[in-house]
Amino acid sequence: MIQTDRLTKTYGKARGITELTLHVPEGCCFGFIGPNGAGKSTTIRTLLGLLSPTAGSARVLGLDCVREREKILAQVGYMPSEAMFYPEMRVSEIIRLSARLRRRDCAAQADALCGALELDTRKRIRELSLGNRKKVSIVCAMQHRPRLYILDEPTSGLDPLVQRAFWAELEERRREGATVFLSSHVLYEVQRHCGRAAVLREGRLIAEGTTEELDLENKFFDYYEGRVRQ
Amino acid sequence: MTVFRKELRAGALSFLVWSAAIGALMAVCVGLYPSMSGSMGDMSALFAGMGDFSAAFGLDKLQFGTIMGFYGTECGNILGLGGALYASLTAMGLLAGEEGGHTAEFLLTHPVSRLRICLEKLAALFALVLGLNAVCLACGAGGILAIGEEADWSKLLAYHGALLLMQLEIGGMCFGASSLLRRGGLGLSMSLTMLLYFAGLLVNLDQGLDWLRFVTPYYYADAARIFAGEALAAPILAGCGLGAAGAALGLRRYCRKDISA
Repeated sequence: MIQTDRLTKTYGKARGITELTLHVPEGCCFGFIGPNGAGKSTTIRTLLGLLSPTAGSARVLGLDCVREREKILAQVGYMPSEAMFYPEMRVSEIIRLSARLRRRDCAAQADALCGALELDTRKRIRELSLGNRKKVSIVCAMQHRPRLYILDEPTSGLDPLVQRAFWAELEERRREGATVFLSSHVLYEVQRHCGRAAVLREGRLIAEGTTEELDLENKFFDYYEGRVRQ
Repeated sequence: MTVFRKELRAGALSFLVWSAAIGALMAVCVGLYPSMSGSMGDMSALFAGMGDFSAAFGLDKLQFGTIMGFYGTECGNILGLGGALYASLTAMGLLAGEEGGHTAEFLLTHPVSRLRICLEKLAALFALVLGLNAVCLACGAGGILAIGEEADWSKLLAYHGALLLMQLEIGGMCFGASSLLRRGGLGLSMSLTMLLYFAGLLVNLDQGLDWLRFVTPYYYADAARIFAGEALAAPILAGCGLGAAGAALGLRRYCRKDISA
């Protein structure tokens, strides 16, 4: 579903990611973990075409990330770590805008998601808290029922009840065959929901495998501090 | 045309404020003409004899005492500066505003090409500037009809057409600049507009700076030249080229740049 081959992104002299080779199988829930500044968001943004790779390649759904960006984005639901929208628009307008940009009628799905997340669609974005903006982000990522979900710290800012509703919805989508690529700092999330994971540190992949093979429960902080490499 | 509609809605309040303000000022100006027309003969003579000052503002060529001269001077400055500032500010916010407001990530992770997004934003800019000029033309022309004056409508329309072209040219240049920035640009857009305005004054004053007529749109969007039937094809073409080059730079740059969060 996601395949990178020595993917590299540099910002001038600053490194982003270096020769990242990653494989995310279809139908998997894949955890992507690493300390701040490791390059997780850079990887995600390169996969989505927001950044151009310096070297290497990346394919999502079998499509090239640079040349076939729009085809990829039609089948991807993306949740950024910081959910930012047009402040003067209402929640309902943002959700409708997202659906129209996809040329899809997602009204029924959007209504169901807003109900499950208890999201007031009449409010303007500037009136929302961080958590409620995250809920808008969830609806925009999920309303079109994509094949692939790319989620960057999806539960940060969400209260436990909303987290539970979110994971329940995501699990249902996964049972229907969707693939999830999840970047998170939360050990519990990765352990509970992900079958496979990769660890990034200083722009390089230091470990990849099933969550059992990686023994995240005992080595989570070791990976973060660079004491363990696979 | 989702992005086009979104931009129109986002710019609606600004459009209403600017068109109302500029249109109202033009209407008020025209409305003052009858009460000033008695002393216009003295004023015309005064302005005609003020040397370089008159030349800079074209007052040595325009008959300030006539409705056309008065309109070209007063209303032309209001719409020429006001409209250009509106076009430059609107254009500068189109691309830089997305990154500055951190909404680029939301917009660009949908299955719409960046080229299409840019083209729809440009179309929105065109529609907003056209709309502002339509309102202002209605206010100016309505004011002339209301005070019962006779105007040369073909020259008036030609003048408004030149002002519209000028604003679109400045808008195109600012659109290109917007693609190079990640935020802001307010100061840059206003500075560019004022620079071009003052370049228009300079070209009237100094023969050695005649080359500026191909740089500043205030040269061809000048009432004195248009009412005198001066040949302006070359500066207009140069201006269109500059505006188009700015827009093309914006399209090319934005389609390739890395988008910050």
